[in-house]
Amino acid sequence: MSEFRLAIINTGAANIHSVEKAVRVAGGDPVVTTSADVISNAHAAILPGVGANDAVMRQLIDRELPDTIREFADSGRPLLCVCLGMQILFESSEEGELPGLGILRGDVVRFPVDSKTADGTRLKVPHMGWNTVHFLDDEVARHPAFEGIPQDTFFYFVHSYHCRAKDPGDVAATSPHGIEVCAAVVHDNIVGTQFHPEKSGRSGLEIYAKFLDFAQRTK
Amino acid sequence: MLTNRVIPCLDVDLGRVVKGVSFVDIRDAGDPAELADFYNSEGADELVFLDITASSDERNTMVDVVERVSAEVFIPLTVGGGIRSRDDMGRMLEAGAEKVSVNSAAVADPALIEDCAREFGSQCVVLAIDAQRRNGEPDWQVFTHGGRRGTEFGAIKWAIRGAELGAGELLVTSMDADGQQTGYDIELLKSISDQVSVPLIASGGAGKVEHFADAIKDGGADAVLAASLFHYGTLRIADVKAHMDEVGLPVRPVD
Repeated sequence: MSEFRLAIINTGAANIHSVEKAVRVAGGDPVVTTSADVISNAHAAILPGVGANDAVMRQLIDRELPDTIREFADSGRPLLCVCLGMQILFESSEEGELPGLGILRGDVVRFPVDSKTADGTRLKVPHMGWNTVHFLDDEVARHPAFEGIPQDTFFYFVHSYHCRAKDPGDVAATSPHGIEVCAAVVHDNIVGTQFHPEKSGRSGLEIYAKFLDFAQRTK
Repeated sequence: MLTNRVIPCLDVDLGRVVKGVSFVDIRDAGDPAELADFYNSEGADELVFLDITASSDERNTMVDVVERVSAEVFIPLTVGGGIRSRDDMGRMLEAGAEKVSVNSAAVADPALIEDCAREFGSQCVVLAIDAQRRNGEPDWQVFTHGGRRGTEFGAIKWAIRGAELGAGELLVTSMDADGQQTGYDIELLKSISDQVSVPLIASGGAGKVEHFADAIKDGGADAVLAASLFHYGTLRIADVKAHMDEVGLPVRPVD
């Protein structure tokens, strides 16, 4: 365990400490870092984020981290991206001017303002609260981070923008909020969740534990 | 499907919960972390901690409270009371709060909402509005400073403006209904939810399970908040959720 190096990439986002606390409770010993060297030498990394696209991208650019993260993603080592951390994997976002990391193909768009849901009620934006997550693969074919999580388990969401993957195969799970919202992505070694595992009680901690377990096995 | 949230609210003074849970055997009913853990196991979907500490010098104790609670309880935590600046909000978020509510300081300077939303994102900025009916007036009057100071603001107008400025959620308390246990002020909730598309938390007036369901069905609220009713064990969160489920309102089951 001691030589397993887990980096939480400090995006300057406010939830960084909640992610760190949850990872610790799930059994990990992460380093919260902005150092390109520490990230490059880690066995696995977590990219958290809340807030606004440009604020987080600006932080990464100022610290010369976009290339470090792209290289990490290309290296095949496990990378877990949470909320805005997942959104910046894509090429662009309506939320800001700065392009995303472009690791996944697709964009990030706002929920339509003043739209209605299927039952005619006003769609609330942000999408905020506990929603069911439906995995598109059956349990066997899932990424190890999601293995054994029952279909339609509740996770906590809070976001006003959602990801539109160009490659439908990247979408691992959806949640209903007016549309089928992209709730999780999986692309080889890269896992992303739109929901916040660190705020989703026991089920969320389970995802961190499963990710850690997988990352340690693949070290 | 997105569920309706049931939220207990805890008042914190000098780092201790006042009016702590009185109906179960808890080692320390004033300990915020212990109460947070209790309500998490009861099925609370979120927690609201309201800092009622009068002196601003002693506000730092709230940061410790948030630090401790968020290291043990992994559900969303909203903190309010005495938040005056973007830095105040940043400290609470960094300590582990998911959302921070602003009230008096936002009325004094509405740009605070915009400033906080730009820095931290709308999703963590909650605008808390304390409202009272005025005879013969179409809109409710906004009060600040814990309901002690009346303002020129109308609650519906302020809610709309707050959402435009970037508040990601509204926590609306009816001062008329608060403590009466006769039900939330449905008219107030509906007037706001009809015109604003950000989520709305209903507060003030709950006395029985039907009131919670009414706030959502008739008032258009997305979340329902109560304090004493839960702390004294008059109702359990499971009772509220069971009723909501019965009348067809989606809720997250208690694990």
